[in-house]
Amino acid sequence: MLLNQFLLLAAALFCIGVYGVLARKNGMLVLMSIELILNAVNINLVAFGSLTDDVAGEVFALFTIAVAAAEVGIGLAIVLLMYRNRRSIDLSEADLMKG
Amino acid sequence: MNALLAAALPLAVEGPSEASSVTNDASWFLENAWIIPLLPAISFVLILFFGKRMPKKGAEFGIAAVGIAFLLAVLTGFSWLDHRDNFDGPLAESPSTHADDEHHDDHSDDADHSDDDHADEEALGVAVVEQDGTSSSDAIVLTVEEDGEKGGEHPYVAVQQSTQWLQSGGIEFNAGILVDGLSVMMLFVVTIISLLVHIYSTDYVSGDRRYTHYFAFLSLFTASMLFFVLSDNILQMIVGWELVGVCSFALIGHWWEEKPNSDAALKAFLTNRVGDVGLLVGMITLFFAAGGGQTFDTLAINNAVVQGEVGHTALIVAAAALMAAVMSKSGQFVLHTWLPDAMAGPTPVSALIHAATMVVAGIYMVARLYPVFFEGMQIGGSSINLLSTVGAITLVFAGLLAFVQTDIKKVLAYSTVSQLGYMAMALGVGAWTAAVFHLFTHAFFKANLFLGSGSVAHAVHSFDMKKSMGGMKKFMPRTYITFIIGSVALAGLPPLAGFWSKDEILVGTGGWGLFGGTGGNGAYTFHLLMGMVGAALTAAYMTRCIYLTFHGEYRGNDAHDDDHAHADDHADDHDPHAVADPAHAGDHHEPHESGPRILWPLYILSGFSILVGFLNLPKGFQLVPKSWELRFEHFIEPAGASYFPAIAHGAPSWSLAIVSTAIALAGIGGAYWYYFVKVDGLAKQTGQHLTELPNGFVTTNKLARAGHKVLVEKYYLDHLYTGIIAGFTKGPLARATYWVNQTIIDGTVDAAGRTAVKVGKGVYDTIDQGVIEGVVNGSGKVSDASGEGLRHINTGKVQNYAAILFAGAALLAGAFIVILAL
Repeated sequence: MLLNQFLLLAAALFCIGVYGVLARKNGMLVLMSIELILNAVNINLVAFGSLTDDVAGEVFALFTIAVAAAEVGIGLAIVLLMYRNRRSIDLSEADLMKG
Repeated sequence: MNALLAAALPLAVEGPSEASSVTNDASWFLENAWIIPLLPAISFVLILFFGKRMPKKGAEFGIAAVGIAFLLAVLTGFSWLDHRDNFDGPLAESPSTHADDEHHDDHSDDADHSDDDHADEEALGVAVVEQDGTSSSDAIVLTVEEDGEKGGEHPYVAVQQSTQWLQSGGIEFNAGILVDGLSVMMLFVVTIISLLVHIYSTDYVSGDRRYTHYFAFLSLFTASMLFFVLSDNILQMIVGWELVGVCSFALIGHWWEEKPNSDAALKAFLTNRVGDVGLLVGMITLFFAAGGGQTFDTLAINNAVVQGEVGHTALIVAAAALMAAVMSKSGQFVLHTWLPDAMAGPTPVSALIHAATMVVAGIYMVARLYPVFFEGMQIGGSSINLLSTVGAITLVFAGLLAFVQTDIKKVLAYSTVSQLGYMAMALGVGAWTAAVFHLFTHAFFKANLFLGSGSVAHAVHSFDMKKSMGGMKKFMPRTYITFIIGSVALAGLPPLAGFWSKDEILVGTGGWGLFGGTGGNGAYTFHLLMGMVGAALTAAYMTRCIYLTFHGEYRGNDAHDDDHAHADDHADDHDPHAVADPAHAGDHHEPHESGPRILWPLYILSGFSILVGFLNLPKGFQLVPKSWELRFEHFIEPAGASYFPAIAHGAPSWSLAIVSTAIALAGIGGAYWYYFVKVDGLAKQTGQHLTELPNGFVTTNKLARAGHKVLVEKYYLDHLYTGIIAGFTKGPLARATYWVNQTIIDGTVDAAGRTAVKVGKGVYDTIDQGVIEGVVNGSGKVSDASGEGLRHINTGKVQNYAAILFAGAALLAGAFIVILAL
C-alpha cells in the first residue's frame, strides 16, 4: 500500500485547512476549515492504523469524529450568537479580546 | 456446652468443602431485607422534592415509609425465628480468604452457579445435590454435637445476599445484605423507635419553620442506620457509619440560628471525625490482615479471625483502632463529650439518635466484628482489657455526671453514656448476648424517657428542671406514669426490662466467682464492682430527676421572672417553641398534659419497657417453664456459627440478682431520703421552692465541694479540649510564637533594618542616584518601547492569535525534526 499518497493527501488537506482558518473572514468557513484539519488527522490515523494492522487507529479516528461533532455544535452556537448580536459573522470585526 | 461447641467448631471448619454458616437460600423476607432501608431512602427523596406541596408537609411520606419498613422488619423477624429453628437448605461456600487458593475459588464459583440453576431448573439439580450432601454433612456434625445440650436443634445459619458493585485490580467490591439474629433485632429496634418518633414529631415540631426538612432528615437517618446494620462488608459499614454521622449533624443543628445549637452540631461532627480516623485505620488493617487484601466481606474476615489465620499483632492494632471509633460514636469516656451537647437538637431526635439507635452503632460494630475484639484483646481467660475497662470507667463516671445536671435531657444523655458503658463493658468481658440484649432493652426505656422529657418540656417550654419544672405530676399524670416506668426499667428493678439485661451483664463479668458464683470468660472482678456502683448511681440519679421534675412545687412561674437574668445558662437554649413561636415563650400559663400523638408513643414504649426483659429469662430460672429460657440468646447469638468465637457464658445466680437489686434499691433509697424527705420537708417547712439542701454536705464539706465542682465542670474534659489543646495552640503557643517573632525575628530584622538605613543613606547618594536611576529609567524606556511594539500583536482577533499559534507549532516541529536529524 502506498502510505505516501495518503500522507501527502492529508498534508495537503491540513494546509488548506490552516489557510482557511487563518485567512477567511467568514466564521462559517473558518469552522469548515477546522473540520478539514481534523479530517486530515483522521486520514493519517486510519492510514497508519491499516499499515500496522492495528484497529486502534480507526478507533481514534472515530473518537475524533465524535469530538469534532461536539466542537462544531459549540462553534455553530457561537457563530449564531455572534450573528444575532452583530448582524454579521465577519471575524475581522470581532476584536473584543483586545487588551 | 462450651467444651462441646469447641469440639464442634474444628469439625465444621475442617470439613471438605469448608462450609461456613451462611446461606443465600432462605425465605423471601430474609432474602429481600434490602427493601427495608430502601423505603425510608425513597421517602427522603420524595420529601425533599414534593414534601412542601403535600397536605401534611411531607410527614406522611416518612410515616408511611417507616411504617411499611416496620411491618417488613416484623415479618423478617418472624421469618428469622422460623429460619433459625427449621432451616435445612444448602449452605453457601465460605468466601475464600486465600488469594492463592485457586482450586477453592473454582469450587465456590461452581457452588454459586449450581445454586442459581437450582432455582431455575429442577432437572439440573444433580450437582446441587452433591454440593448439598457435603455441606449439610457438616451441619449434621454440628447438630449432633448440640443434641446433647438443647435437643435436636438446627445450626445457626446467617443469610447473605450480595452482588458485585465494581471490580478493580482483581478485588471485588460487593454490596449486599447480611441477615442474622443481630441484624434482624436491629431492624426491629430501629424501625419501631423511628416510627414512634415520627408520630411523636408530628405534634412536637408542628409549626416549625423547617418541618419538611426535619422529616426528610429523619427518613434519611432511618435509612442510613438500617443500611448500616444490614451491611455484609466493612466498606458498606463505613458508608453507613458516616451517613449516620452526617444525619446526626443535620438534626442536632436543626435550630442552627442559635449559636450553641450549631456549635453542638459541629462538636458532634468533629468529635466523631476523630473516631472515624480510627475506624478507617481499623477497617484497612482488617482488609489486609484478615481479608488477605482480597475481600471486605464481614463474615470472611470473621471466619479468618476465628480460625486463627490472622496474626495477633494485626488484631491488636485493628481492635485498638476500632476502639477509637467506638469511643467517639458510642460516647465512651474521653470522647463522650459531644453526646450531652447533642441534646441541643429537637427531643424526638435525641430519642431516636442519641438514645436508641445511632450511638449504638459503635456497640453494633463491635458485636458484628466480635472475633476481632475477642481474639485481639484476648477477652477469653483474661481479667482486664481496653474495651471492658473503658466501658467500666464510662459507666461510673457518666453516672456521676448525671447528678449535677439541671437540664433534664442532659441527665438522660449522661445516663445514655453510662448505659453504653455497660454495653461496651459487657462486650469487653465476653458477655456478647448480654450486651446486645441490653442494647435492645435500653432502646425502649431510653426512648421512653427521652420522649417523656420532651412531653414535659413541651408543656413548660424549657428543659431546666430546677427553674421551670417541679410538681409536674399533677399537671401531667399520664406522662408521669410512663416516665416512672421508664425510670424503674432503667434503674434495673425487677421485673422490668432493665433488670434482666443489666443482671446478665453482671453475670457475664464472671467476677461473681469471689462470692460463690461461676462462669464467664475470666475473673472480671473490677468490672463487676463498677457495674454494681453504676447500678446504684443509675437508680439514684433517676430518683433525683423524678423528684426535680414531677414532685415538689411547680417552679415554672417564679422562674420566668428572672428568665433573662440567666442568659448565660445553656439549658434554655433549645426551648422547643422559643424558635418556632417566639410570641409563645413568655406565657405565664399552667402546663397541661400533651396530646395523643405524644402520649401514645409513650404508652407503647412503656409497654415494651415492662415486657421485653422477659424475652431472655436466665437459664435455670425456676419460676417459668424451661422452654421460656434464653429465647433471645437462642435466636440472636450465633453460637456455633463458624464466624463467631467460642465464648463462655456465665452461670446466673439468685444471690447476684438479689444483691444487685438491693444495691439499686439502696441507690433509690438514698436519693429518696435526700430529696423526698429532707428537701421536700424543708421546702414545706419554709415555704420556699428548694431543689437542694442549703446546708447539705456539698456546701459544708470541703472535699465534697471540690468533687461537686469537678462534676459540674465535667471532669474538665471540655477545658482540656477547647481550653488546653485548642487554647494552647491559640494561647501560649501563639504568644510564644509572637514573642519569638517580636524579639528575635523582629530584633534581627530591626537591626538589619537600621544598618540597612545607614548603608542605604550612603548608597542613595552615590549609587542610586547615579547608576541605578539610569538603569531603572533605561529599563522603563526599553519596556515602553517593546510594549509599543508588542501592542500591535494584541489585536483581539482570533485569527491573528491562531496564526501565532500555528507559527509556534511550526517552529517547534522544525526544531523537533532538526533534533531528530542530528
